[in-house]
Amino acid sequence: MDQSNSTIKVRGLTKSFKDLKVLTGIELEVKRGTVLALLGPNGAGKTTTIRILSTLLRPDGGDAFIDGHSVVKEPDKVRASIGLTGQYAAVDEYLTGRENLEMMGRLYHLSRADAKIRGEELLEQFDLEKAATRTVKTYSGGMRRRLDLAASLIATPPVLFLDEPTTGLDPRSRLAMWGIIEQLVEADVTILLTTQQLEEADMLADRIAVLDHGRIIVEGTSDELKAKVGKERLELTIRKDNYEKAIQLLGGEVVQKDPQRHLVSIATSGTVHEIKRVLEKMEAATIEVESMSVHKPTLDDVFLQFTGHGAEANQNTEELTNA
Amino acid sequence: MKILTYKTRQVKAQEHSSFYWLINDLSVFIERSLKHIFKNKDQLLGLTVQPIMFMMLFRYVFGGAINTGGTTYVNFLVAGILIQSVAFGALTTSLSVATDLQRGIIERFKSLPTVSWGVLMGHVSADLVRNILQSVIMIGVGMLVGFRPTASVTDWFAIAGLILLFTFAISWVAAIMGLVAKTIEAVQWLGFFIIFPFTFASAAFAPTDSMPYALRLFAENQPVTHIIEAVRALMIGTPVGNHIVLSIIWFTGITIIAIPIASYLFRQYSGR
Ligand SMILES: Nc1ncnc2c1ncn2[C@@H]1O[C@H](COP(=O)(O)OP(=O)(O)O)[C@@H](O)[C@H]1O
Ligand SMILES: [Mg+2]
Repeated sequence: MDQSNSTIKVRGLTKSFKDLKVLTGIELEVKRGTVLALLGPNGAGKTTTIRILSTLLRPDGGDAFIDGHSVVKEPDKVRASIGLTGQYAAVDEYLTGRENLEMMGRLYHLSRADAKIRGEELLEQFDLEKAATRTVKTYSGGMRRRLDLAASLIATPPVLFLDEPTTGLDPRSRLAMWGIIEQLVEADVTILLTTQQLEEADMLADRIAVLDHGRIIVEGTSDELKAKVGKERLELTIRKDNYEKAIQLLGGEVVQKDPQRHLVSIATSGTVHEIKRVLEKMEAATIEVESMSVHKPTLDDVFLQFTGHGAEANQNTEELTNA
Repeated sequence: MKILTYKTRQVKAQEHSSFYWLINDLSVFIERSLKHIFKNKDQLLGLTVQPIMFMMLFRYVFGGAINTGGTTYVNFLVAGILIQSVAFGALTTSLSVATDLQRGIIERFKSLPTVSWGVLMGHVSADLVRNILQSVIMIGVGMLVGFRPTASVTDWFAIAGLILLFTFAISWVAAIMGLVAKTIEAVQWLGFFIIFPFTFASAAFAPTDSMPYALRLFAENQPVTHIIEAVRALMIGTPVGNHIVLSIIWFTGITIIAIPIASYLFRQYSGR
């Protein structure tokens, strides 16, 4: 048993597939009743991490502890306290929504009565009552994802793994999913979720860990991350023959440049005052700004900040074939 | 849009012996696969229409051209077509396993505090039920087109026992094929290449003595021929020889080897 009060502890996790080093020493902690977002581009190793934590894959080195139980040495104990919702909905097409939930309840070793009651509760809470007696084959993508999540909640597990829970969802279903996740946290569930979007991590998570090429490049609260990355991005398009001059003038403030499109990005607090200061500075130096825009930093900006390269997909395009 | 709410009282897993859970988990998986028989239209069609078509095809199209000596062709045919259908029926297990792998359902079951290889047992059990139903349908159709069995009640029980043993063995082999092939397309090819020669290069549709020497050597000594000859002998009273004993040895042996291999492959499976 591990003595700290973190529900999820990950220690020095490594994993390779043949020659491909996918994880090279992951360290993480998630406190009870909080959300950690594992943020990274396609191929960064998010799914691999989740699969190790949910006992589906053995790590080459290191270990992880769920509620004090080792995923390597006590997989059965771990399985009893986790719920897993994978990247693609894994529900039985030929059964109805209700049958799926009851089956999962019984496989989690609930009594028949409990499995039934929980099934009905979840059907109602996830707005699947009307579809309860239809086979899943007839469900939309959003409905499948909801059923998939409901299935992993049937035994009220204290720990939940969500692998890209909103990828591929339409905006409405996405908002609904966010709402559910927030309520799960209120119900004291500990959640580790993965996402490719900084905005989503910011929205849902207490802490964010950024994964790149199999290691955590930065970890902290969303405020800590923003303090490092800057709250807002001010993007200026400079008249072509003024571009070099602008870069020199802005100096250390520049976080990203694109000479081809004569673009330059600056990290700012996003206040009108700040923006005015920058524009006046340009004006004073007779640099012509053709257009400007303010936007929230993206995963790309975070990557630029910490690795010097953008968040391009890490390996191959294999993910696409799974979709 | 409805605002989704998540609130719940906590529920707890029950406390029981691990044997209790073994039985619980297996029965959940068996129940699941049995539901598939009736909810999956492909399976229902395969179960009913296909054997009837095969029966008609051989009885009326090829039957006239095949010389079966003293017995009528339809009396000769039923045992062969029965075993052939059962063997192809086992492919449903391969397909179900591959489908579960492709959909990520097996991964999901493996993340549960469950006897997850039970999912294989579920598919194999559904095969047993399906094949019994299918056999009854085929024998019924056979009788409509002139099949006149001479089997006693005990003989019928022996036939049922042999068919169940055969199905059980072949379904575990089919489960292995599903785990190896991993995709539905690959299963179709693999199934064709493995099941086709064993069922057609056998005594299923024609007596082996009309075959060229090499083929005949294979056909007369491979296990599927033994089970066909055994079932045929029990049905219509042709000489039974040692076919029953050899069938039991072969298919018990295959089962004993196939189950550990299937469960090993199942445990080893780790995505893709
Ligand atoms: N079972 C596997 N065999 C071989 N390579 C794999 C396997 N699973 C994942 N990979 C590779 O490992 C890398 C990380 O994959 P993954 O963890 O799925 O990334 P993410 O979920 O962050 O997109 C990718 O390059 C992927 O192709
Ligand atoms: Mg992934």
